[in-house]
Amino acid sequence: MPARIGVVTFPGSLDDRDAARAVGLAGGEAVALWHADPSLHGVDAVVLPGGFSYGDYLRCGAIARFAPVMRAVVEQARAGMPVLGICNGFQILCEAHLLPGALIRNDVRRFVCRDQRLRIESVHTDWTRAYGDGDGEEIVVPVKNGEGGYVADRRTLDELEAAGRVVVRYVGGNPNGSYQDIAGICDETGAIVGLMPHPEHAVDPLTGPTTDGLGFFTSILRQTVGAGT
Amino acid sequence: MSDTVEYAAKTPDEPQPWADLGLTESEYARIRDILGRRPTASELAMYSVMWSEHCSYKSSKVHLRQFAEKAPATDRLLAGIGENAGVVDVGGGWAVTFKIESHNHPSYVEPYQGAATGVGGIVRDILAMGARPVAVLDALRFGPADAPDTARVLPGVVAGIGGYGNCLGLPTIGGEVVFDPCYAGNPLVNVLCVGVVRSDHVQRARADGVGNQVVLFGAKTGRDGIGGVSVLASAAFTDTDASKPTKRPSVQVGDPFAEKVLIECCLQLYERGLVAGIQDLGGAGLSCALTELASAGTGGMRIYLDRVPLREASMTPEEVLASESQERMCAVVASSTVDDFMAVCAKWDVLATVLGEVTDTGRVEVRWHGEHVVDVPPRTVAHSGPVYDRPRRRPSDLDRLRASTPDILLRPSTPDELRETLLRLVASPNLASKRWVTDQYDRYVQGNTVLAQPEDGGVVRIDEATGRGVAVSTDGNGRYCRLDPYAGAQLALAEAYRNVASTGATPVAVTNCLNFGSPEDPEVMWQFGETVRGLADACASLGTPVTGGNVSFYNASGDAAIHPTPIVGVLGLLDDVARRTPIEFPASGGTVALLGETREELGGSEWAHAVHGHLGGLPPAVDLDRERALAEVLVAGSRQRLLSAAHDLSEGGLAQAVVESCLRGGVGARITLPGGLAPFVALFAESAARAVVVVPDAAAERRVADLCAERGLPFTRLGEVSPGTGVLEFTGLFTVPLEELRVAHESTLPALFG
Repeated sequence: MPARIGVVTFPGSLDDRDAARAVGLAGGEAVALWHADPSLHGVDAVVLPGGFSYGDYLRCGAIARFAPVMRAVVEQARAGMPVLGICNGFQILCEAHLLPGALIRNDVRRFVCRDQRLRIESVHTDWTRAYGDGDGEEIVVPVKNGEGGYVADRRTLDELEAAGRVVVRYVGGNPNGSYQDIAGICDETGAIVGLMPHPEHAVDPLTGPTTDGLGFFTSILRQTVGAGT
Repeated sequence: MSDTVEYAAKTPDEPQPWADLGLTESEYARIRDILGRRPTASELAMYSVMWSEHCSYKSSKVHLRQFAEKAPATDRLLAGIGENAGVVDVGGGWAVTFKIESHNHPSYVEPYQGAATGVGGIVRDILAMGARPVAVLDALRFGPADAPDTARVLPGVVAGIGGYGNCLGLPTIGGEVVFDPCYAGNPLVNVLCVGVVRSDHVQRARADGVGNQVVLFGAKTGRDGIGGVSVLASAAFTDTDASKPTKRPSVQVGDPFAEKVLIECCLQLYERGLVAGIQDLGGAGLSCALTELASAGTGGMRIYLDRVPLREASMTPEEVLASESQERMCAVVASSTVDDFMAVCAKWDVLATVLGEVTDTGRVEVRWHGEHVVDVPPRTVAHSGPVYDRPRRRPSDLDRLRASTPDILLRPSTPDELRETLLRLVASPNLASKRWVTDQYDRYVQGNTVLAQPEDGGVVRIDEATGRGVAVSTDGNGRYCRLDPYAGAQLALAEAYRNVASTGATPVAVTNCLNFGSPEDPEVMWQFGETVRGLADACASLGTPVTGGNVSFYNASGDAAIHPTPIVGVLGLLDDVARRTPIEFPASGGTVALLGETREELGGSEWAHAVHGHLGGLPPAVDLDRERALAEVLVAGSRQRLLSAAHDLSEGGLAQAVVESCLRGGVGARITLPGGLAPFVALFAESAARAVVVVPDAAAERRVADLCAERGLPFTRLGEVSPGTGVLEFTGLFTVPLEELRVAHESTLPALFG
């Protein structure tokens, strides 16, 4: 039985169908989860997709954090369930304090959509172990956000770097002013990963710049299948 | 107390503000004739917005008829002109709906909200047809790139389009950005939206069935946008007139999140069969939706207007009827399914209110707190407005303009001069890379974008199982149209048609947005008449019917009308998007060839404009048979997998096309210009019906040459793609490193706009 990966739809989620498609292409079964439904329906892992949950008029992810579904996500994530937050999902994970730091308006003060070169800094997470043998593989996936500048206090940044919790870093140009070119980070266990770039948009050569993003989804399937047997 | 029907009948001589609402004396008299009394304040509000130029097409109707009269026969059209948007059967049980609309004046007054609500409005038109919106394209025109006001308008418009479209989850897959002094006080913001619907699920805007309920759902109604269609879109536009109150309150304010949930809510309502008829609320708000729904259906409606949820409790009934608040729809729902309808709305937290019901009285009756404020035959509001055949006169300066040909201009001739001209043109605002703009738009969302700008046409997949998809392009050249509106309109169509064919898609249908000056100026009206005639004739000739569109009059900078600017959108079909042809010269190499014939055609060209600031002579000749032959070769070449790249030739000529194809993938080329023409002409002439292609091997080259020969289309070998060289070489003339080209091409807009 393929691993069941939940994809949450908040009002205003946009890349939920793309995330579900990516799960399917990687060989998993995508399970649609609804913001108002507090049950995770027994999924093995959860993806919080990109978009503008509830319009994001207050602060990105600030409202979504209080959705009924998020109570279950936070609870089970704290118990070890893998969670991937992409773009708005990353913002929600930070607002929910599952990941440290915050995402602020891009330093260029504009929305930026482009094909972005990234370095996988850590393969020791549930969502990146399919990449390369050693750390440092470079990939190209789309980045698209208006508020993607990752910020945190000095001590947090030092801790993240020292513990190898910077998962993905921008190379060849920082699109949004993120501190230390940080594109994505993880929690202490490597089960919870958040990143601004969109791996789900780089899973098919027909519609994406590369298929480099697929590794995030094959990683979790390897992880959950391994855990389940 | 409100101005009621009964009170109006008793007070025939009460003065009414018909002139302030944009009506003429004879139009007001006609309303009194229709009703047999003076209109109430609410009725006057309804007639004034619905009889505005924007809603009634009163000056354009007599011309637009040609689109239907001359339309080529087709069995693909499921809905055509007159619906919210045309619907094209694309096979496999799928249909595609698409339409382009303007939001020019609001975008000048308030660039961000004007452009944002321009996106929102056309998206609801597409949604009202039952379709999921899947892509947008934006055709934009601004004043000079370095003008101070352009630095205000352009960033606001681009951020507004991005802010709204990105938040809706709609990929932006194409469009244009053009600068010209004629748009300095009047930018053009034309937005095209594409939607996909199962062909048996197309929705209609009609209120049928006595007793069916009329439901308003979506955002609350406020005072924003009152008179948008009449005050803002249908009158001459002088922002400097300090004696008049500012027109900013007539611009609507957008809430893309509300529209996003409205889209998902509507799609679920359609899927569950809960909608008997539906109309979006756009220009003229409820006045338009109620009278159009009633006109197309059983014919009557009783509405309790005080049930409309308001943002401001003090609104009057006439304000409620004329409000253009965004993100609202009006549905007709069978009484038995109203509860189910409301449940779906509740799931999405969409406010929904039953306003009234369908009747067979032939009247739209509106009550306001128990009082009778409207009682009108709906067709007289929605369809029987005034029609004017306005005087037309050939512009008095046209002969002088045409006589001033580009022959008088100094041309580059030495290799160094040619090289310098090429670099100057690829960096000129109109030909420079538009990434500064397009990088602010999400092109990936929905995961079906196969080609997006700067490709010739945007391509989206509509069916993952089969790979079926569509290609769309918008084009229009105001300078060509200024010199010859009949030919200019045909060239706009030809370019969009060619762009779509370059991707490998078969062009099938047309939408258009006609941007002009004041219809009360006979010279503008002549341009309009010629444009419509040219476009209708060309559509007949190319077999691509017009399925819908929009007219925007009163576009002028100060006293001077803009160039006549028809923007033409063409829709093409691909049975499998995997065979799409990109513009990029491939790293695998190949032979570069030119399809079509280059002539010394530089009137209205980008070279004359950018280098000499000159506009004169005649635009390139139109040859629609050639265009059709070229499209056939491009489509056959894609089907038979003979082409590894194709790029249409248009503004900037061969030089620009080759540079763009090189830079797209960072692969150089070695080009030998054909003999018999001066190198300058070969590089920069803008002859139509041409494309540059790459064929991967000698066998493919022979077959493409044969396809051309069978159709009498010239095939000229130009050279080869030269991977690894990093240069573009014109043999015997000059060489330019791609890096130098890239810097020239990509630095212009960032330098201007930050």
